[in-house]
This record gives sequence, structure tokens and C-alpha cells, in this order.
Amino acid sequence: MPPVVPPLPDVAGIRSRLRRDRRATFALGVLLTIATCALLAPILSPFDPNAQLDISRLQSQAPSWSHPLGTDPFSRDVLSRLLYGARISLLISFTAVALAMSFGTLIGAVAGYLGGAIDAVLMRLVDAAFSIPTLLLLIVVIALWGEVSTSALTLLIASVGWFTVSRLVRAETLAMRDADFVVAARALGVPAWRVLGQHVLPNVVGPAIIAAALAVGNVILLEAGLSYLGIGVRPPTASWGSIIQDGSERVSDLWWLTLFPGLAILVTVFACNALGDALRDALDPRQLQAAPDDDTPIKAT
Amino acid sequence: MTTPLLAVRDLRRYFPIKRGVFGRVTGHVRAVDGVSFHVGAAETLALVGESGCGKSTTGRAILRLIEPTSGSVTFDGEDVLALDGARMRKLRRRMQIVFQDPFSSLNPRMSIGSIVREGLIIHHIAEGAAADARVRQLLEEVGLRSEYASRYPHEFSGGQRQRVGIARALSVEPSFIVCDEPVSALDVSVQAQVVNLLQDLQRDRGLSYLFIAHDLSVVEHIADRVAVMYLGHIVEMAPVQRVFSVPLMPYTQALLSAVPAPEPGLKHSRILLAGDVPSPANPPSGCVFHPRCQHPARDAACAGIVPPLEEKAPGHFAACIKQTPTTVSWEQQKSAGGTKPPELFVPPSLAAATY
Repeated sequence: MPPVVPPLPDVAGIRSRLRRDRRATFALGVLLTIATCALLAPILSPFDPNAQLDISRLQSQAPSWSHPLGTDPFSRDVLSRLLYGARISLLISFTAVALAMSFGTLIGAVAGYLGGAIDAVLMRLVDAAFSIPTLLLLIVVIALWGEVSTSALTLLIASVGWFTVSRLVRAETLAMRDADFVVAARALGVPAWRVLGQHVLPNVVGPAIIAAALAVGNVILLEAGLSYLGIGVRPPTASWGSIIQDGSERVSDLWWLTLFPGLAILVTVFACNALGDALRDALDPRQLQAAPDDDTPIKAT
Repeated sequence: MTTPLLAVRDLRRYFPIKRGVFGRVTGHVRAVDGVSFHVGAAETLALVGESGCGKSTTGRAILRLIEPTSGSVTFDGEDVLALDGARMRKLRRRMQIVFQDPFSSLNPRMSIGSIVREGLIIHHIAEGAAADARVRQLLEEVGLRSEYASRYPHEFSGGQRQRVGIARALSVEPSFIVCDEPVSALDVSVQAQVVNLLQDLQRDRGLSYLFIAHDLSVVEHIADRVAVMYLGHIVEMAPVQRVFSVPLMPYTQALLSAVPAPEPGLKHSRILLAGDVPSPANPPSGCVFHPRCQHPARDAACAGIVPPLEEKAPGHFAACIKQTPTTVSWEQQKSAGGTKPPELFVPPSLAAATY
């Protein structure tokens, strides 16, 4: 007996269910607000984020009217750095996740659909990659490389992020490979690459999209962690992690350097996770509305 | 008789049983174990049997959706199993399949229009507006409104989806269709509609069907000939009236006795088979049905001799060495341990019942 394929609803249905989900609306609103702030950073920022304003008088100032989020030990305005930092943090995480998802989906679908030796080789590769701690691997690579540019950092993060997705998509593909509609496509004479693209991929991307929403949060944290360790974005470029790093030696008295970027990370990660959860619910086939209960054939005239 | 459209000879499909970390092959499931038959032009051959007897595997092996282990399939003079990828894809225009489950046989992400359209595009039958027009025509031909083309499968009922599946198969203008239990998943009222549709299409287009089913009443309605499968073997094959009036293979007799009588007053005794279907990984020796057989002359010879599928009456083939006439002589049977001579056995209740 062939496996029963969960019938996935059309895009319009998903959209309407997402709209009804308060969680999703809220999460999307938060993410859009953060993204808008990042985009409008040059307008919203009161100061140049990298300018050392007055190294003798404005060093490590607590929040005040002129500097709402205080200044850092280099007398830079933290609010401006936070806004510009959002650009870097979001750019890196969204790009890295998009790259990792695309690559992981492709590898997973190919491995799952073709099976055999290709599948075995690819999945053993993934197994091997899984056994190395991501952060440790990145630290080693960056240490050997020396300083890395933002785009190189993005690529590096993406290159260690696709394993999970490929596993996920492979499992979905395996279930889909023997589904009747895939067999029907083969019976029609549809070439393998088209079967994969037209029939398999659209039915396995759902879980990958959900994983992506959840992964964005993780990548923001990873980038923050790397910057905190001083091997992330190159100073003086601001990212949320690097702002925390700048205040890391005096967390107890320069609390504003940890608190505000920390809050920004927290809110973004929370919104991404909420969006991921909402997407998972919206894509759940059990939420599919029933088909019309009408078996009467309409005879051609 | 002219050359049949489809000829299947000694088709086998064994699935390896793998054990342990290194996938050591410890045995084989003999899903299809030496099946031979032919289907003529505009003919319907029904393939019946219990679930797990290998009938679906046979259908899919013919279309090479599952690669057969051995055997030969000849379609319109072409050796199907010898074709390379490109020529096989070309041949797929002429051999199609309709599935059992109307809910998993349509891609949930494609509109039914694009589902029906795909074959037209792949085989360059029509393009652009001409393809759209052809899709609408096909939908109406299977009894669906052409305006439905832009809708998605989940908006349809089981019967309607099955019609879409039929339209998809028809799109490439095949001459042969494997109908893999096309009505088993449908409500009884809808079953008749779909069976009638298949018959109308056969009449209009001269289609040949391999109609796989486990429901004998549906088979009686649509089939020209019936092949009965048990444990990967064809055990009986005959014109439909013959199978229903004088079934020769004891297994077929048991199957028929299980069909509910259409009239309330009409009673016939049931042949109750003992035990379960044996595992196809370890089938019984000799006749695969012998451990459950109710033939009065069953004896040790049944376990020792593999019964040939032999012609008992014109056009009526059965694999039983105990039903006369048989080419396996009494002397041969005796040397294999036989103690009871062959005799013709048709349960009286079956012979009397009119189907």
C-alpha cells in the first residue's frame, strides 16, 4: 500500500490561516519593525555609529537624554551602533539562512530521490559534519583564515547550517518518492529532474521553511557569539554581538552595552521562533478544509 | 488469434530481504513469481487476488515503475524491458496507469488543469492555448466541468479526483491502461459511475485495460477475461463467464463463494479456507495453494509437483494437477507420493448458483 500523502493546502489557505493567527501577526509585525529600523538607520541614528565622539568626556556614559542608550568605552553612541548593528546582524542571519536552506533542500531532495550510493555518500558526509561542534569549527576556520569580511562570515555560517535541513528534506523526500502522484509523473514519462522540481520539491519545502524561520534566531545568536568572542564582524563595524563584546569586560558597571543589544537579540529570536511555530501550524494538513461533499458527475454537453 | 497488444512472459519480481548493518541479503520476497499472460486490443483482462498476492506489483512491473527481476514484456512488438530511458519515456505515451487512492495520486500543489496538462507538454502533443483547450476537452470527457481546471485537488471528492486521474492517463492518448484498483477506495455508488466511465472510454477509444481488483462483482461487470493470482502466481485464467460459472482452481472457488449472494433467498455454502496466506518469502512447495486447498483429491503429490498453468477447456487455464484433464499423468503423481487420482471437482453450490 502506498503511503498516504498529507495533502498540503494551497498558498492562499496558508496565508489566510497565518493572518488569523495572532502569534504570526505579532511576530511579523515585530520583525518588520526591526527590519524597518535597520533600513532607516541612517535617518534614525543621532550619530555616526563608528565616530568616537569625544574620547575624553563621553567615554562609557550611562543612558542620558543626548545618548538614550549611553556610549561605549570608545565614546561611540550605542543607539546608533544598535541601529546600524541590526543591518549587519539581520543581513548576515537572513542571507546565511537563505543560502543554507536552498543548499540543504537541494542536497536533501537529491539524496532522498536518487537514493542508493549518492544518498549514502551525502548522508555519511552530513553525519560526519554533525559530529563537529559548529562554533568550534567556525573558530578554527576563522583563526586559520585571519580576519574575515562580512560576506565571508555569512558564507561560513551558511556552510555549517545546511546539514539539518538536508536531513529534514531527505526524510520528507523519501516519504514522497513513492507517493502515487510521483509514480504517476514517472509513468507519464516526466524526466527525473522535472519530477524532482515539479512534484517532489514543492511538497517538501514546507518543513524547510519552518526550519528556516527557527534557524534565523540561531544564526543571530551564532553571529553574536562569534562577535562576542572577537572573531565575528571586523571592528569598528557594529553588530549586536560586537556591541556586547565592547562592554564584555565591564558588564556590571557598563550594563547598557549588554542589556540593549541583548534585548534586541532576544526580541528578534523570539519573533522568528513564534513565526516558525505559526508557519508549522498553518502548514499542518489537519487544518485543511474539507473537500466539497459532491460526487455527482457533471456530464459533458 | 492475432498478436496481442501486450504479452507478458514469466515475469518475476523478487524483493531482497536485508539483515544487519551491512544489508546482507538473507532471502527474497517473491512478490511476482513467474507470471505470463497477454492482453488483446480493446480487451479487458482482470487481475484478481487478495492483497499482497502481487497483482499491483505485476501492473507496475509491466510499466517498469518497478523494475522486474526477470521475464519479458512485449508491447505492440516492442521489448519493453530492453528499452533505454529515452525510448521508454516515449513508449509511456502508449501505456498508462490509474491509481487506487484518489487522495495520494494527485499532486496537492498543482491545479488539476496543470496535472492534466503535464503529459501534453512532456510529449509535445499540444502547447500553449491548444494545450489548454485539450485539457478542457479531456476534463469534460471524464465528466468534470472544464471550469474546474484552475482548482486544486483538495477541493474535489474521491470520485472526482479519480476522474482527474483518468483524464491525466488519457492525456497522452494511450492504447493500454493499467487500472490499479481504480474503484476500491470509492463509495459503492461512485464505483459504478467510474466503472461506466472506464467502459465508455474503452468503447470510444478502443482501449485495453489490465484491471487489477479484489472485488469480484466489479470484475464480472467490466472484464473480458479474468486472471486469478495467489502468492505471486497466476492460478487460473479464463473468460469471465467461465470463471464465474465453472471455476476450476480450488482457490478461485473459495474466492467466489465469498461473494455475497445478490438475492436474499439465494443461499450457497461458503468454502472456508483454513489458515492465512503463507509468506511470499517462504512459499509452500509444489502448488502454493496446497496447504489450504479443499479439493477432495488433495494429497502428497500437490506438495511435490509444481502445477503447470494448463488449458483445461478451450481458453480456460488452471494450475491444478487434481482437476481433470491434466497433463501431469497419474503415474507421475504416484511417483511424487500421490494417493488420490485426479477428478473434476466443482462445489455443487457454486455450479448451481447463477452469476
